[in-house]
Amino acid sequence: MDRNGNTYTFLYAAVMVIVVAALLAATAVSLKPFQKRNIEIEKMQNILASVNIQADVQNASKIYKEKITTTYVVDAKGNKKEGVNAFTVNLKKERSLPVAERSLPVYEANVDGKVKYIIPLRGAGLWGPIWGYISLDEDMNTIFGANFDHQGETPGLGAEISTTAFEAPFIGKKIFNAEGKLVSITVAKKGEKAEPAHSVDAISGGTITSKGLEQMISDDLNSYKEFFNKKK
Amino acid sequence: MAELFSKKNLKLLSNPLNSSNPITVQVLGICSALAVTAQLKPAVVMSLSVVAVLALANVIISLLRNTIPNRIRIIVQLVVIAALVILVDQVLRAFVYDASKQLSVFVGLIITNCIIMGRLEAFALGNKPWPSFLDGLGNAAGYAWVLIVVGFFRELFGSGTLWGYQIIPDSWYIANGGFYENNGMMILPPMALVTVGVIIWVQRSKNPELVEENK
Repeated sequence: MDRNGNTYTFLYAAVMVIVVAALLAATAVSLKPFQKRNIEIEKMQNILASVNIQADVQNASKIYKEKITTTYVVDAKGNKKEGVNAFTVNLKKERSLPVAERSLPVYEANVDGKVKYIIPLRGAGLWGPIWGYISLDEDMNTIFGANFDHQGETPGLGAEISTTAFEAPFIGKKIFNAEGKLVSITVAKKGEKAEPAHSVDAISGGTITSKGLEQMISDDLNSYKEFFNKKK
Repeated sequence: MAELFSKKNLKLLSNPLNSSNPITVQVLGICSALAVTAQLKPAVVMSLSVVAVLALANVIISLLRNTIPNRIRIIVQLVVIAALVILVDQVLRAFVYDASKQLSVFVGLIITNCIIMGRLEAFALGNKPWPSFLDGLGNAAGYAWVLIVVGFFRELFGSGTLWGYQIIPDSWYIANGGFYENNGMMILPPMALVTVGVIIWVQRSKNPELVEENK
């Protein structure tokens, strides 16, 4: 057949596309269970990390079962929603809904006999989504721990939000001010004025990620406001 | 066996490391060299992924070279590269989840790395699979060493660490009463360009035949 003819070219392209599509589809389907498992384990590790428990891949699901006592979903008014599994709530989807219709997951952890409330967060960084978990003491004000992660922030810059050096300063910060207003946490650049009780240091060179993270915490904590007020 | 590693074939491996290096001489693939070199680890994993993709893509295109219709050859090359990159990405996600997270979007960006398509077009289309394989390995290695050297210096001077481990003693830092401060410039993309520039400078002063004549 003429290698430069139209028929050959079309046939070649068609066969190539079908072969490649079949190959990729087969790979994706056969690897899916492994990938899903990895993601679930990572989520458990992240949730545990927000109450300052480090779990590795092997023991994550065991420790998760021990430490996370109950999970439930509340609505924007702070009332429990029935029939929704907190672990499988898709935060990305929820964030596209109006606040009143959102399902807001809460994880309760038992750490040394005390109840900690873990709030999942999701927002936008510079290149893609960022997310994390913040745990609060029983007063619903003091941060007990924080864990952040990201999809594609720049290594060495924005990606530093997932390091302990960035996360540790959140511990002990307050999200409500003295007047009882939800002020959230400011991620402050050097020289920026901020209340020490309500702020942490930003990442140099990672300003957009830092500000995105600040926005994320503020937005998500605000949607839980009624829940916090009820629990206080 | 002797033929497989003839002088000519070995040149395919060694030339891209120095006198025809894809980054420092041909100035290709600069974009990813800037993006993943703020730390050493992503630079190394990225290098390994590029080695795998480029060597395999070169072999596949070389095997197909007598069947590819001339008018759609670029598209065929692109499909082969994209398919390989997705395969690498899926496998990393299933079995080396940590590394895949570290690289995130940059694995996908291998598709747009001009070195890969450049080698397919310039070499694999006209050569047999074995030389193509060596050419792929050589060029990817030429890309890799530059990335790793840049990553080494950027992480060491920018963050004081290597592979995430603290190298500069804590007591040296001004915050702890010492005299040293990390150079914040090093973790910003412009310093990657400057570092690559320094490598080019050193290379050309050692290898004067690379220097263009002033007219």
